[in-house]
Amino acid sequence: MDLSYGPRYEAFREEVRGFLAQYGHEAPRGEGLRSEKALAWQRRLIEHGYAARTIPKAYGGYGAQPDILESRIIAEAFAAARVSPGLGGQGISMLVPTLLEVGTEEQKTTFIPPTIRGEMIWCQGYSEPGAGSDLAALRTSAVVDGDDFVVNGQKIWTSTAHLADWIFCLVRTEPEAPKHQGISFLLFPMTSPGIEVRPLVDMTGVANFNEVFFTDVRVPTRQIVGQRGEGWKVANTILGHERGSLGDPNATMTRFNALLELMRQETIDGHRVIDNPLFRDRLAALQSRVLAMRLNDMRILSNKLNGEAAPLANLISKLQGTELRHELEGFAIDVLGELGLAYGANPAKQDGGSWQTSYMYFLGLIIGGGTSQIQKNIISERGLGMPREPKLAK
Amino acid sequence: MKFGLSEDQTLLDATVRRLLADQIPLDAVRRYAEGDGDQENWNALCELGLGGVLVPESAGGLGLGILDAAVLAEALGYYVTPAPFLGSAVLFPRALTQAGLSEVEPWHGRLGEALSGTLRVGVALPQAGGQRGRDGVQAAGQALSGTVTLALDDAAQAYLVGADDGALWWVGADAPGFTREAFETVDRTRRSVKITLSECPATLLSQNPAVLADLRAVAWVMLAADTLGASRAMLEKAVAYAGEREQFNRPIATFQAVKHMCAEMAAEIEPCTALVWYAAHCQDHLPQEAATTAGHAKALLGDVGQFVAKTATEVHGGMGFTDLVGLHYWFKRIGFNRQCFGNPQRVRAELAELQGW
Ligand SMILES: Cc1cc2nc3c(=O)[nH]c(=O)nc-3n(C[C@H](O)[C@H](O)[C@H](O)COP(=O)(O)OP(=O)(O)OC[C@H]3O[C@@H](n4cnc5c(N)ncnc54)[C@H](O)[C@@H]3O)c2cc1C
Repeated sequence: MDLSYGPRYEAFREEVRGFLAQYGHEAPRGEGLRSEKALAWQRRLIEHGYAARTIPKAYGGYGAQPDILESRIIAEAFAAARVSPGLGGQGISMLVPTLLEVGTEEQKTTFIPPTIRGEMIWCQGYSEPGAGSDLAALRTSAVVDGDDFVVNGQKIWTSTAHLADWIFCLVRTEPEAPKHQGISFLLFPMTSPGIEVRPLVDMTGVANFNEVFFTDVRVPTRQIVGQRGEGWKVANTILGHERGSLGDPNATMTRFNALLELMRQETIDGHRVIDNPLFRDRLAALQSRVLAMRLNDMRILSNKLNGEAAPLANLISKLQGTELRHELEGFAIDVLGELGLAYGANPAKQDGGSWQTSYMYFLGLIIGGGTSQIQKNIISERGLGMPREPKLAK
Repeated sequence: MKFGLSEDQTLLDATVRRLLADQIPLDAVRRYAEGDGDQENWNALCELGLGGVLVPESAGGLGLGILDAAVLAEALGYYVTPAPFLGSAVLFPRALTQAGLSEVEPWHGRLGEALSGTLRVGVALPQAGGQRGRDGVQAAGQALSGTVTLALDDAAQAYLVGADDGALWWVGADAPGFTREAFETVDRTRRSVKITLSECPATLLSQNPAVLADLRAVAWVMLAADTLGASRAMLEKAVAYAGEREQFNRPIATFQAVKHMCAEMAAEIEPCTALVWYAAHCQDHLPQEAATTAGHAKALLGDVGQFVAKTATEVHGGMGFTDLVGLHYWFKRIGFNRQCFGNPQRVRAELAELQGW
């Protein structure tokens, strides 16, 4: 056990802090994705290597060698200073890593630079009405016609489709092939003729995801990533990237501290909530699990660093991380009692109403990105080596 | 940076597990449960160095730390091994080091006896889980009086005794005024005793309550590690059994209800591994976090262990409920560890205090 990052990294941490002290005031605070402030900050971060750090210079990145500890230090320092770490979203966190692995040179030079600068916003078109957990059952079709694919079908739950410039989309190109081998991965602009986006209001009251309809949408064949029929494999390079990032234990720890503060402030019958033995017990029990998940995350980091494997530590992190966070947010609502119900424009809302919003938002994350039940299938099959369910005879 | 076990620790773990699997199989556990002693097992483990894990090299031990001891405790829990490890090999040397006595005679010599397995040291900490009934120990001069309802090890030659004022004492089992009687518990893999002291001559090890508090924290980590090992064993047994047992013409491991029970156990157990390692590491290297992380490990493993003990038994169906497969030894050991020296509710109340909530 050696928990120190060592002197070279401590020096690097000082460097990051120095940057934050000098430039931190330029960071956006609540300005939108498209605001000049957010875009200027993103360019500043790339210039200094605090965003797109390991993306090669040729594709507009900073071009540093991947170094897990440096990335961790940057994330920690920005979180501690409460400064925006730059733009995220599905383009930056999912598409760019995929293109780096399997994209053509032309795709890399065309799409990566504007994406990392925040000038090209993406949405992820995977789920369909008939293909959720069973994603490979998707039916949106793409048929070759000259130099184009012609796309017809429907996607659903497409987050940010109403804001996005482009979509990365799974379509069926080989209808005769077994279901996992007939899928392709296409990129096309959301302004293409034949696309209709209909917003869906989610339970928090916001229309953040959408239905997306395609009618004879033409996509040049060179905008396929990977080969025809290999879309499932291509998508899976990204799903791996996604799973780790949901239910981040460090964010949960920050939230736990806010909950603790809330319990110190709030009173029931004139006594602080924190002094109530039942609430105290629940809080301490939650704290044990938050701590354990954070340490599990350190173990994952260390394993990556030292080339060691502990597959279960990774496989459980989406399930446990999102469930724990949802529980934590729900506990805060219990702490507030009737006050915790305040919502919408109600001025009595505590902490901006974030407990209710996050309580629901994290239920969304329990469902999205592979439901908890699907996670348990994965844990039992890949982690514990248990057999798959027998297929029903057709 | 490395969060995890060193090569040496991994090797130690593998060596001990090999010995436990070969020499102390479930049959040996059953014999102990039916009344045999555990001294032979303990001698074999001491030959491997288990008794000296924390004993300074100057006294012939391995001079290792609490994380190493936790690795061993996890292995012992995995095999539900009867052995006086916690008292003799962990708390006794730890107490002497903390009290600054390990280089002083007669303690230095006694450490040598403990590491060879000839001296067994039991543990009597009546306040560790909160005072029950009239339990407690008071000192008058160099003599102790009082009762300890549950003390560890029925075959020890001496006991570490925590007094109500926070002092730590050493009492010989042959001292006048010392009596012990069996305190039968549900866990038959380790034997406990009730101790009565009546003006029993004793030796003061430390008057500093911090020494006693440290012992309790270390005990919490060890019990958590023991439960971690036992829980992991139960999960593995459940997965293996589910792969063999067939119902409705297929292995029950193909039923999603069964798979999800196993996945839930794994999901609960896995983060506990990191927590136990970290808590153990803190005992030697991060004193400011030692007490809280020990408490978190003890409380969380108490809960996770209970869940796993129940769920793994259910996966085995009626077979899990029988004496035949012996799964109940794990179930009961986990149950013992949950209550011993403070159950989760008690420990969490202290965690809240410790953090000034
Ligand atoms: C907030 C949010 C954002 C999203 N964003 C996007 C996005 O940007 N792009 C995109 O493509 N998709 C997105 N999704 C879709 C998401 O990936 C799917 O909702 C998810 O995969 C589940 O599919 P489903 O909704 O069809 O549920 P279903 O698959 O119909 O599941 C219903 C229930 O059945 C259970 N179930 C299904 N199959 C099994 C099985 N084999 N074993 C056990 N239980 C099973 C599920 O666990 C669940 O409880 C988003 C979802 C949410 C909630």
